[in-house]
Amino acid sequence: MATGELNPSHYPAQRAANVVKHYLNTRYGSPYRWVGLHKVHSANAEEVAESGRKYHLEISVQEMTGNTTEKCSAEVLFPALENQRSPQVQASCEALLTANTTAQEEALYQQYRRNHTLLSGHNLPDSYGHIDPDMKPLWHLGGVASSFVMLKESTENTLYNMAQVANVTQLETENDQLRFNYHVLLHDMVSQEIIHWKLLVTWSPAEGVKVLQMEELPKCEHCEVPPKPN
Amino acid sequence: LVCHENQMRERGTGGFNFGAYHPLETIYSWMDTLVAEHPNLITKVEIGRSYENRPMFVLKFSTGGNKRPAIWIDTGIHSREWVSQATGVWTANKIAADYGTDASLTSLLKTMDIYMLILANPDGYVYTHTSDRMWRKTRSRNPGSMCRGVDPNRNWDAGFSGPGASNKPCSDSYHGPSAHSEVEVKNVVNLIKSHGNFKSFISVHAYSQLLMYPYGYNCRDVSHQRELDSIGRAAVQKLTSLYGTRYKVGSICKIIYQASGGSIDWSYNLGIKYSFAFELRDTGRYGFILPANQIIPTASETWLALKHIMEYVRDHPY
Repeated sequence: MATGELNPSHYPAQRAANVVKHYLNTRYGSPYRWVGLHKVHSANAEEVAESGRKYHLEISVQEMTGNTTEKCSAEVLFPALENQRSPQVQASCEALLTANTTAQEEALYQQYRRNHTLLSGHNLPDSYGHIDPDMKPLWHLGGVASSFVMLKESTENTLYNMAQVANVTQLETENDQLRFNYHVLLHDMVSQEIIHWKLLVTWSPAEGVKVLQMEELPKCEHCEVPPKPN
Repeated sequence: LVCHENQMRERGTGGFNFGAYHPLETIYSWMDTLVAEHPNLITKVEIGRSYENRPMFVLKFSTGGNKRPAIWIDTGIHSREWVSQATGVWTANKIAADYGTDASLTSLLKTMDIYMLILANPDGYVYTHTSDRMWRKTRSRNPGSMCRGVDPNRNWDAGFSGPGASNKPCSDSYHGPSAHSEVEVKNVVNLIKSHGNFKSFISVHAYSQLLMYPYGYNCRDVSHQRELDSIGRAAVQKLTSLYGTRYKVGSICKIIYQASGGSIDWSYNLGIKYSFAFELRDTGRYGFILPANQIIPTASETWLALKHIMEYVRDHPY
């Protein structure tokens, strides 16, 4: 793998930047804040003895729910050791993604809490890319929750995006947290695999998004969960 | 006679909706309408059948001659990349509509032919409609495995079975038992080789917003790297000029990943210098399930890049 100054258009920098995107979603994401990667401005990588490989990145991210882009500086450490697979990320962004979503989040939170029937949805978006405006926050929430998995699973040899929310079911609210069961489809660009995960997700404006349980599902009935790529 | 032809062009082929995703049958019947409306420009050529015995049709745009230097465009080889097939449909219509009115395109078609394979993986496309929207591969049976299908863009004879392809039938990047084992691939190989006069080979995929050139199977620069890179950058500039959509340009191996058995590596090694692969919109928000209202914008901006490449090929005979 390349070290030193990296071409920001080439895949090593792009994959590391994608990991930062997932990290930012786990920290700042909500049904009204779903972060995407806009551009990699510069990147370099170094070997860190006995730790792994560390990337320094200057990137711009974009809130998919709005139209603003924001600059961030980040470091991503891909660990060397096989049993410690998740990358470690530090990032600071210009305005810490503070486009004011508080009012919308509060309104949504109250609305979902007051629901007499628990919400559910499937195929968000559908095959044609269509999604009901009412379901968009649940789609975004699924994307943010998926970032927890994608952050955990990322290596220098993966590039994850959420392909679709297969299913989402609201569960009873507990401890003021809205709770949802999600079945999501993740796409790894490098292997081109579609990977199914089940997530137990909680959210409130106060506590943010949390994933309490995550479980990878096998590709098909007779398949086993595939071994992790190196 | 001229008046009538203009009217037909504006109305389009019976009000076909280019801003929607259509099943195979609809696309195939639209092809017949297009050919019927432009009998002096377009012929439909059956290049063979798919694994499940569906015909594979190429639209040949030609104003005459015999095996004129030709440009190849395929869309939809990976069936879940729906905006690719939809862009193919729009583009075929665009070529038909602009022939005679666009000076550059008209001059191109005076000396060159364009071959378009819109549904390069018909079985996979049907499967994405009936069973699994995320299906990528062909639908061939793999002996000894319960998993079907081969990745048709790892099945070409270019670094076949090397890094960046899987030897496991259940994998979405399974390269298959041997190069050109997939009939869908073999049909194209046969056509290109028997024709012998293709000057450009362009394969259209989605998603990631990239314009790439060989190689995928190794990360070494091809001998025409500088020229291909320069064509790519100019093409992308034209693309971006329409809606600001940003693309990256580079070799497959450096831009996305090392991948062996890819079509444009094969075509380049065959001597088809101007070999390119597009990855269309978007960059992951919708991914494969791009909303239909982005089909026409995607196809329109891509057309500017395609046109640039084709004009370059026209102006640089070899």
